[in-house]
Amino acid sequence: MTPKRKKRLILILFLVAGVGTAVGLLMYSLSQNINLFMTPTQIANGEVPYGRTIRAGGLVVVGSLQRSQDSLVSEFKVTDGNAEVTITYDGILPDLFREGQGIVAMGKLNRDNVFVASEVLAKHDENYMPPEVKDALEKAHLDGKEALESARY
Amino acid sequence: MWQWLKRLYHRLGSPKWFYEITAKWIPWLAIISVVGCVTGLVLGLLYAPADYLQGNSFRIIYIHVPAAILAQSAFMMMAIAGAVYLIWKMKMAAWVAKVIAPIGAGFCLIALFTGAIWGKPTWGTWWVWDARLTSMLLLLFLYFGVMALQQAMDSEESGFKAAAILALVGLVNIPIIKYSVEWWNTLHQPATLKLTEKPSMHPDMLIPLLIMIVTTYVFFALLVILRTRNEILWHERKRSWVKDILEP
Repeated sequence: MTPKRKKRLILILFLVAGVGTAVGLLMYSLSQNINLFMTPTQIANGEVPYGRTIRAGGLVVVGSLQRSQDSLVSEFKVTDGNAEVTITYDGILPDLFREGQGIVAMGKLNRDNVFVASEVLAKHDENYMPPEVKDALEKAHLDGKEALESARY
Repeated sequence: MWQWLKRLYHRLGSPKWFYEITAKWIPWLAIISVVGCVTGLVLGLLYAPADYLQGNSFRIIYIHVPAAILAQSAFMMMAIAGAVYLIWKMKMAAWVAKVIAPIGAGFCLIALFTGAIWGKPTWGTWWVWDARLTSMLLLLFLYFGVMALQQAMDSEESGFKAAAILALVGLVNIPIIKYSVEWWNTLHQPATLKLTEKPSMHPDMLIPLLIMIVTTYVFFALLVILRTRNEILWHERKRSWVKDILEP
Protein backbone atom coordinates (compact mmCIF):
# COMPACT_ATOMS: atom_id res chain seq x y z
CA MET A 1 0.00 0.00 0.00
CA THR A 2 1.41 3.38 -0.91
CA PRO A 3 1.77 5.94 1.92
CA LYS A 4 -0.97 8.07 0.33
CA ARG A 5 -3.45 5.21 0.30
CA LYS A 6 -2.50 4.25 3.84
CA LYS A 7 -3.19 7.81 4.93
CA ARG A 8 -6.62 7.74 3.31
CA LEU A 9 -7.39 4.35 4.87
CA ILE A 10 -6.47 5.64 8.34
CA LEU A 11 -8.53 8.78 7.74
CA ILE A 12 -11.58 6.69 6.83
CA LEU A 13 -11.12 4.43 9.85
CA PHE A 14 -10.94 7.52 12.07
CA LEU A 15 -14.06 8.94 10.42
CA VAL A 16 -16.09 5.77 11.01
CA ALA A 17 -14.76 5.29 14.57
CA GLY A 18 -15.34 8.96 15.42
CA VAL A 19 -18.89 9.08 14.12
CA GLY A 20 -19.56 5.73 15.79
CA THR A 21 -18.38 7.00 19.17
CA ALA A 22 -20.33 10.25 18.84
CA VAL A 23 -23.57 8.47 17.91
CA GLY A 24 -22.95 5.85 20.61
CA LEU A 25 -22.65 8.53 23.30
CA LEU A 26 -25.71 10.31 21.95
CA MET A 27 -27.74 7.10 22.02
CA TYR A 28 -26.50 6.35 25.54
CA SER A 29 -27.57 9.75 26.82
CA LEU A 30 -30.93 9.46 25.07
CA SER A 31 -31.45 5.82 25.98
CA GLN A 32 -34.45 6.56 28.21
CA ASN A 33 -36.15 8.70 25.56
CA ILE A 34 -35.77 6.10 22.82
CA ASN A 35 -37.68 3.45 24.76
CA LEU A 36 -41.10 3.07 23.21
CA PHE A 37 -42.82 2.38 26.50
CA MET A 38 -42.45 2.55 30.29
CA THR A 39 -42.50 -0.68 32.28
CA PRO A 40 -44.95 -1.33 35.16
CA THR A 41 -41.99 -1.19 37.56
CA GLN A 42 -41.16 2.34 36.40
CA ILE A 43 -44.81 3.37 36.87
CA ALA A 44 -45.01 1.75 40.32
CA ASN A 45 -41.81 3.55 41.32
CA GLY A 46 -43.47 6.87 40.54
CA GLU A 47 -41.18 7.67 37.59
CA VAL A 48 -44.22 8.61 35.51
CA PRO A 49 -45.88 12.03 36.00
CA TYR A 50 -49.67 12.12 36.33
CA GLY A 51 -51.64 13.40 33.36
CA ARG A 52 -48.77 13.21 30.87
CA THR A 53 -49.33 11.07 27.76
CA ILE A 54 -46.95 8.10 27.83
CA ARG A 55 -46.83 4.52 26.63
CA ALA A 56 -46.94 1.62 29.06
CA GLY A 57 -46.01 -1.92 28.09
CA GLY A 58 -46.05 -5.35 29.66
CA LEU A 59 -47.68 -8.77 29.67
CA VAL A 60 -51.43 -8.94 30.27
CA VAL A 61 -51.94 -10.75 33.59
CA VAL A 62 -53.84 -14.01 33.05
CA GLY A 63 -57.36 -13.77 34.48
CA SER A 64 -57.28 -9.99 34.89
CA LEU A 65 -59.31 -8.99 31.81
CA GLN A 66 -62.80 -7.67 32.61
CA ARG A 67 -65.09 -6.44 29.85
CA SER A 68 -68.01 -4.13 30.50
CA GLN A 69 -71.43 -5.60 29.67
CA ASP A 70 -72.91 -2.53 27.94
CA SER A 71 -69.90 -0.73 26.40
CA LEU A 72 -66.48 -1.36 24.86
CA VAL A 73 -64.69 -0.47 28.06
CA SER A 74 -62.30 -3.14 29.23
CA GLU A 75 -60.00 -3.29 32.21
CA PHE A 76 -56.92 -5.45 32.64
CA LYS A 77 -53.62 -5.56 34.46
CA VAL A 78 -50.17 -5.68 32.87
CA THR A 79 -47.03 -6.91 34.55
CA ASP A 80 -43.30 -7.12 33.89
CA GLY A 81 -42.94 -9.86 36.47
CA ASN A 82 -42.16 -7.29 39.14
CA ALA A 83 -45.00 -4.79 39.40
CA GLU A 84 -48.55 -4.56 38.06
CA VAL A 85 -50.48 -1.66 36.55
CA THR A 86 -54.23 -1.52 35.93
CA ILE A 87 -55.19 -0.27 32.47
CA THR A 88 -58.65 0.77 31.29
CA TYR A 89 -59.41 1.15 27.61
CA ASP A 90 -62.53 2.26 25.75
CA GLY A 91 -62.21 0.80 22.26
CA ILE A 92 -61.67 -2.31 20.18
CA LEU A 93 -58.71 -4.39 21.33
CA PRO A 94 -56.39 -5.71 18.56
CA ASP A 95 -56.80 -9.29 17.29
CA LEU A 96 -53.66 -10.47 18.99
CA PHE A 97 -54.76 -9.14 22.38
CA ARG A 98 -54.79 -12.10 24.74
CA GLU A 99 -54.13 -12.76 28.37
CA GLY A 100 -50.44 -13.58 28.76
CA GLN A 101 -49.61 -11.61 25.59
CA GLY A 102 -47.41 -8.49 25.48
CA ILE A 103 -49.11 -5.17 24.79
CA VAL A 104 -48.19 -1.50 24.54
CA ALA A 105 -50.82 1.06 25.57
CA MET A 106 -50.72 4.82 25.02
CA GLY A 107 -52.51 7.00 27.55
CA LYS A 108 -52.32 8.86 30.84
CA LEU A 109 -51.91 7.82 34.44
CA ASN A 110 -54.68 9.20 36.67
CA ARG A 111 -54.53 10.02 40.39
CA ASP A 112 -55.79 6.55 41.34
CA ASN A 113 -52.73 5.07 39.60
CA VAL A 114 -54.98 3.64 36.90
CA PHE A 115 -53.64 3.97 33.38
CA VAL A 116 -56.34 5.30 31.04
CA ALA A 117 -55.38 4.15 27.55
CA SER A 118 -56.39 5.86 24.31
CA GLU A 119 -54.69 3.23 22.12
CA VAL A 120 -53.74 -0.41 22.74
CA LEU A 121 -51.26 -2.23 20.50
CA ALA A 122 -50.45 -5.93 20.68
CA LYS A 123 -46.77 -6.83 20.81
CA HIS A 124 -45.74 -9.99 19.04
CA ASP A 125 -42.84 -12.14 20.22
CA GLU A 126 -40.17 -13.80 18.10
CA ASN A 127 -41.67 -17.30 18.35
CA TYR A 128 -43.39 -18.82 15.35
CA MET A 129 -45.00 -22.26 15.51
CA PRO A 130 -47.92 -24.18 14.07
CA PRO A 131 -51.03 -24.56 16.34
CA GLU A 132 -50.45 -28.31 16.83
CA VAL A 133 -46.99 -27.68 18.24
CA LYS A 134 -48.40 -25.03 20.57
CA ASP A 135 -51.06 -27.51 21.75
CA ALA A 136 -48.45 -30.22 22.23
CA LEU A 137 -46.27 -27.82 24.22
CA GLU A 138 -49.16 -26.83 26.45
CA LYS A 139 -50.17 -30.44 26.92
CA ALA A 140 -46.63 -31.42 27.83
CA HIS A 141 -46.58 -28.53 30.26
CA LEU A 142 -49.87 -29.63 31.83
CA ASP A 143 -48.76 -33.26 31.93
CA GLY A 144 -45.57 -32.17 33.61
CA LYS A 145 -47.56 -30.13 36.12
CA GLU A 146 -49.87 -33.06 36.83
CA ALA A 147 -46.95 -35.41 37.19
CA LEU A 148 -45.35 -32.97 39.60
CA GLU A 149 -48.52 -32.62 41.64
CA SER A 150 -49.24 -36.35 41.74
CA ALA A 151 -45.64 -36.98 42.78
CA ARG A 152 -46.15 -34.63 45.69
CA TYR A 153 -48.90 -36.73 47.23
CA MET B 1 -4.32 -17.66 -0.67
CA TRP B 2 -3.40 -14.04 0.04
CA GLN B 3 -1.66 -13.75 -3.34
CA TRP B 4 -4.71 -15.22 -5.06
CA LEU B 5 -7.04 -12.77 -3.28
CA LYS B 6 -4.77 -9.89 -4.23
CA ARG B 7 -4.79 -10.97 -7.87
CA LEU B 8 -8.60 -11.30 -7.83
CA TYR B 9 -8.88 -7.85 -6.26
CA HIS B 10 -6.75 -6.27 -8.98
CA ARG B 11 -8.66 -8.10 -11.68
CA LEU B 12 -12.00 -6.90 -10.26
CA GLY B 13 -10.70 -3.40 -10.83
CA SER B 14 -10.55 -4.08 -14.55
CA PRO B 15 -13.88 -3.27 -16.22
CA LYS B 16 -13.09 -5.46 -19.24
CA TRP B 17 -12.29 -8.52 -17.12
CA PHE B 18 -15.43 -8.01 -15.01
CA TYR B 19 -17.60 -7.60 -18.10
CA GLU B 20 -16.27 -10.77 -19.70
CA ILE B 21 -16.33 -13.03 -16.64
CA THR B 22 -19.82 -12.03 -15.46
CA ALA B 23 -21.32 -12.82 -18.87
CA LYS B 24 -20.96 -16.50 -17.92
CA TRP B 25 -22.48 -16.03 -14.45
CA ILE B 26 -25.69 -14.27 -15.48
CA PRO B 27 -27.68 -17.31 -16.73
CA TRP B 28 -26.80 -19.30 -13.59
CA LEU B 29 -27.71 -16.50 -11.23
CA ALA B 30 -30.99 -15.98 -13.11
CA ILE B 31 -31.87 -19.69 -12.96
CA ILE B 32 -31.09 -19.90 -9.22
CA SER B 33 -33.16 -16.75 -8.58
CA VAL B 34 -36.23 -18.05 -10.38
CA VAL B 35 -36.03 -21.62 -9.01
CA GLY B 36 -35.31 -20.44 -5.47
CA CYS B 37 -38.06 -17.84 -5.51
CA VAL B 38 -40.67 -20.30 -6.81
CA THR B 39 -39.62 -23.05 -4.36
CA GLY B 40 -39.42 -20.70 -1.40
CA LEU B 41 -42.74 -19.02 -2.06
CA VAL B 42 -44.63 -22.24 -2.83
CA LEU B 43 -43.26 -23.90 0.32
CA GLY B 44 -43.85 -20.79 2.40
CA LEU B 45 -47.28 -19.81 1.17
CA LEU B 46 -48.84 -23.22 0.54
CA TYR B 47 -47.06 -25.83 2.65
CA ALA B 48 -45.81 -24.08 5.79
CA PRO B 49 -48.28 -24.39 8.67
CA ALA B 50 -50.16 -21.32 9.89
CA ASP B 51 -48.90 -19.64 13.05
CA TYR B 52 -50.73 -20.47 16.28
CA LEU B 53 -51.32 -16.82 17.11
CA GLN B 54 -51.18 -14.84 13.87
CA GLY B 55 -52.75 -17.38 11.55
CA ASN B 56 -51.82 -16.80 7.92
CA SER B 57 -50.71 -13.20 8.21
CA PHE B 58 -47.27 -14.32 9.40
CA ARG B 59 -46.53 -15.50 5.85
CA ILE B 60 -45.46 -11.99 4.86
CA ILE B 61 -42.25 -12.89 6.69
CA TYR B 62 -41.09 -14.65 3.49
CA ILE B 63 -40.84 -11.25 1.78
CA HIS B 64 -40.30 -8.94 4.74
CA VAL B 65 -37.30 -10.58 6.41
CA PRO B 66 -35.22 -11.24 3.24
CA ALA B 67 -35.86 -7.67 2.06
CA ALA B 68 -34.90 -6.20 5.44
CA ILE B 69 -31.69 -8.29 5.61
CA LEU B 70 -30.73 -7.33 2.07
CA ALA B 71 -31.39 -3.64 2.66
CA GLN B 72 -28.82 -3.70 5.47
CA SER B 73 -26.29 -5.98 3.70
CA ALA B 74 -26.50 -3.83 0.57
CA PHE B 75 -25.77 -0.71 2.58
CA MET B 76 -22.67 -2.32 4.08
CA MET B 77 -21.47 -3.43 0.63
CA MET B 78 -22.10 0.06 -0.71
CA ALA B 79 -20.08 1.62 2.11
CA ILE B 80 -17.20 -0.84 1.60
CA ALA B 81 -17.21 -0.16 -2.15
CA GLY B 82 -17.16 3.55 -1.32
CA ALA B 83 -14.17 3.08 1.00
CA VAL B 84 -12.33 1.14 -1.73
CA TYR B 85 -13.01 4.00 -4.10
CA LEU B 86 -11.78 6.62 -1.64
CA ILE B 87 -8.59 4.72 -0.79
CA TRP B 88 -7.57 3.06 -4.04
CA LYS B 89 -9.40 5.36 -6.50
CA MET B 90 -10.77 2.27 -8.19
CA LYS B 91 -13.44 3.39 -10.65
CA MET B 92 -15.18 0.01 -10.64
CA ALA B 93 -15.86 0.38 -6.91
CA ALA B 94 -17.57 3.73 -7.46
CA TRP B 95 -19.77 2.26 -10.17
CA VAL B 96 -20.71 -0.69 -7.97
CA ALA B 97 -21.61 1.70 -5.12
CA LYS B 98 -23.69 3.73 -7.57
CA VAL B 99 -25.71 0.74 -8.80
CA ILE B 100 -26.22 -0.73 -5.32
CA ALA B 101 -27.87 2.44 -3.92
CA PRO B 102 -31.26 2.27 -5.72
CA ILE B 103 -31.44 -1.53 -5.36
CA GLY B 104 -30.84 -1.31 -1.61
CA ALA B 105 -33.35 1.53 -1.32
CA GLY B 106 -35.88 -0.68 -3.11
CA PHE B 107 -35.37 -3.54 -0.66
CA CYS B 108 -35.62 -1.08 2.24
CA LEU B 109 -38.91 0.24 0.90
CA ILE B 110 -40.26 -3.31 0.49
CA ALA B 111 -39.30 -4.12 4.10
CA LEU B 112 -41.00 -0.99 5.46
CA PHE B 113 -44.09 -1.49 3.31
CA THR B 114 -44.62 -5.19 4.09
CA GLY B 115 -43.94 -4.44 7.75
CA ALA B 116 -46.72 -1.85 7.78
CA ILE B 117 -49.14 -4.27 6.11
CA TRP B 118 -48.30 -6.90 8.73
CA GLY B 119 -48.40 -4.42 11.59
CA LYS B 120 -51.98 -3.34 10.96
CA PRO B 121 -53.63 -6.70 11.75
CA THR B 122 -50.98 -7.88 14.24
CA TRP B 123 -50.18 -4.82 16.33
CA GLY B 124 -53.23 -2.76 15.49
CA THR B 125 -51.31 0.04 13.78
CA TRP B 126 -49.52 0.68 10.47
CA TRP B 127 -46.68 2.62 12.01
CA VAL B 128 -45.23 3.35 15.39
CA TRP B 129 -42.15 5.45 16.13
CA ASP B 130 -40.19 2.75 17.91
CA ALA B 131 -36.42 2.38 17.60
CA ARG B 132 -36.47 -0.42 15.01
CA LEU B 133 -38.96 1.19 12.64
CA THR B 134 -37.41 4.64 12.95
CA SER B 135 -33.85 3.42 12.33
CA MET B 136 -35.07 1.48 9.28
CA LEU B 137 -36.75 4.62 7.94
CA LEU B 138 -33.46 6.45 8.52
CA LEU B 139 -31.74 3.79 6.41
CA LEU B 140 -34.12 4.57 3.54
CA PHE B 141 -33.32 8.28 3.83
CA LEU B 142 -29.58 7.50 3.91
CA TYR B 143 -30.02 5.59 0.65
CA PHE B 144 -31.84 8.59 -0.82
CA GLY B 145 -29.05 10.87 0.43
CA VAL B 146 -26.36 8.69 -1.16
CA MET B 147 -28.28 8.60 -4.45
CA ALA B 148 -28.76 12.36 -4.43
CA LEU B 149 -25.11 13.11 -3.61
CA GLN B 150 -23.90 10.85 -6.41
CA GLN B 151 -25.70 13.09 -8.87
CA ALA B 152 -25.32 16.44 -7.09
CA MET B 153 -21.77 17.47 -8.01
CA ASP B 154 -20.47 19.01 -11.20
CA SER B 155 -17.98 16.22 -11.75
CA GLU B 156 -19.04 12.63 -11.32
CA GLU B 157 -15.91 11.86 -9.27
CA SER B 158 -16.58 14.39 -6.52
CA GLY B 159 -20.19 13.17 -6.37
CA PHE B 160 -18.99 9.60 -5.83
CA LYS B 161 -16.55 10.80 -3.14
CA ALA B 162 -19.21 12.72 -1.20
CA ALA B 163 -21.65 9.80 -1.49
CA ALA B 164 -18.97 7.36 -0.28
CA ILE B 165 -18.35 9.49 2.81
CA LEU B 166 -22.07 9.66 3.57
CA ALA B 167 -22.33 5.87 3.15
CA LEU B 168 -19.42 5.37 5.58
CA VAL B 169 -20.98 7.72 8.12
CA GLY B 170 -24.35 6.02 7.65
CA LEU B 171 -22.72 2.68 8.46
CA VAL B 172 -23.23 3.59 12.14
CA ASN B 173 -26.96 3.04 11.62
CA ILE B 174 -26.56 -0.66 10.75
CA PRO B 175 -25.72 -1.94 14.28
CA ILE B 176 -28.39 0.40 15.62
CA ILE B 177 -31.01 -1.28 13.43
CA LYS B 178 -29.74 -4.73 14.36
CA TYR B 179 -29.64 -4.21 18.13
CA SER B 180 -32.48 -1.67 18.48
CA VAL B 181 -34.84 -4.44 19.58
CA GLU B 182 -32.44 -5.50 22.34
CA TRP B 183 -31.20 -2.14 23.61
CA TRP B 184 -34.58 -0.47 23.92
CA ASN B 185 -38.22 -1.36 24.51
CA THR B 186 -39.72 -1.59 21.04
CA LEU B 187 -43.01 -2.77 19.59
CA HIS B 188 -41.07 -4.77 17.00
CA GLN B 189 -40.21 -8.23 18.30
CA PRO B 190 -36.58 -9.39 18.78
CA ALA B 191 -34.84 -11.38 16.05
CA THR B 192 -36.19 -14.85 15.28
CA LEU B 193 -33.06 -15.90 13.38
CA LYS B 194 -29.95 -15.67 15.50
CA LEU B 195 -26.38 -16.42 14.51
CA THR B 196 -25.44 -18.05 17.79
CA GLU B 197 -28.67 -19.69 18.96
CA LYS B 198 -31.30 -21.99 17.56
CA PRO B 199 -33.96 -20.04 15.66
CA SER B 200 -37.24 -19.69 17.56
CA MET B 201 -39.29 -20.95 14.65
CA HIS B 202 -40.69 -24.31 13.61
CA PRO B 203 -38.49 -26.04 10.94
CA ASP B 204 -41.42 -26.30 8.48
CA MET B 205 -41.70 -22.50 8.57
CA LEU B 206 -37.96 -21.91 8.78
CA ILE B 207 -36.77 -23.80 5.68
CA PRO B 208 -38.78 -21.72 3.17
CA LEU B 209 -37.53 -18.57 4.92
CA LEU B 210 -33.89 -19.65 4.60
CA ILE B 211 -34.47 -20.51 0.92
CA MET B 212 -35.95 -17.05 0.38
CA ILE B 213 -33.05 -15.29 2.12
CA VAL B 214 -30.39 -17.12 0.05
CA THR B 215 -32.41 -16.54 -3.13
CA THR B 216 -32.71 -12.83 -2.39
CA TYR B 217 -28.92 -12.58 -2.05
CA VAL B 218 -28.50 -14.32 -5.43
CA PHE B 219 -31.13 -12.05 -7.00
CA PHE B 220 -29.36 -9.02 -5.55
CA ALA B 221 -26.04 -10.22 -7.02
CA LEU B 222 -27.74 -10.64 -10.40
CA LEU B 223 -29.18 -7.12 -10.31
CA VAL B 224 -25.86 -5.58 -9.25
CA ILE B 225 -23.95 -7.43 -11.97
CA LEU B 226 -26.44 -6.48 -14.71
CA ARG B 227 -26.44 -2.82 -13.73
CA THR B 228 -22.65 -2.68 -13.25
CA ARG B 229 -22.24 -4.04 -16.79
CA ASN B 230 -24.37 -1.17 -18.06
CA GLU B 231 -22.21 1.32 -16.14
CA ILE B 232 -19.09 -0.25 -17.64
CA LEU B 233 -20.43 0.01 -21.18
CA TRP B 234 -21.43 3.63 -20.65
CA HIS B 235 -18.17 4.78 -19.06
CA GLU B 236 -15.92 2.78 -21.38
CA ARG B 237 -17.93 3.52 -24.51
CA LYS B 238 -14.97 5.22 -26.19
CA ARG B 239 -12.63 2.26 -25.58
CA SER B 240 -11.93 -0.06 -28.47
CA TRP B 241 -13.01 -3.27 -26.64
CA VAL B 242 -16.48 -1.83 -26.03
CA LYS B 243 -16.75 -0.62 -29.61
CA ASP B 244 -15.87 -4.14 -30.76
CA ILE B 245 -18.74 -5.57 -28.71
CA LEU B 246 -21.34 -3.00 -29.68
CA GLU B 247 -20.43 -2.66 -33.37
CA PRO B 248 -19.16 -6.02 -34.53
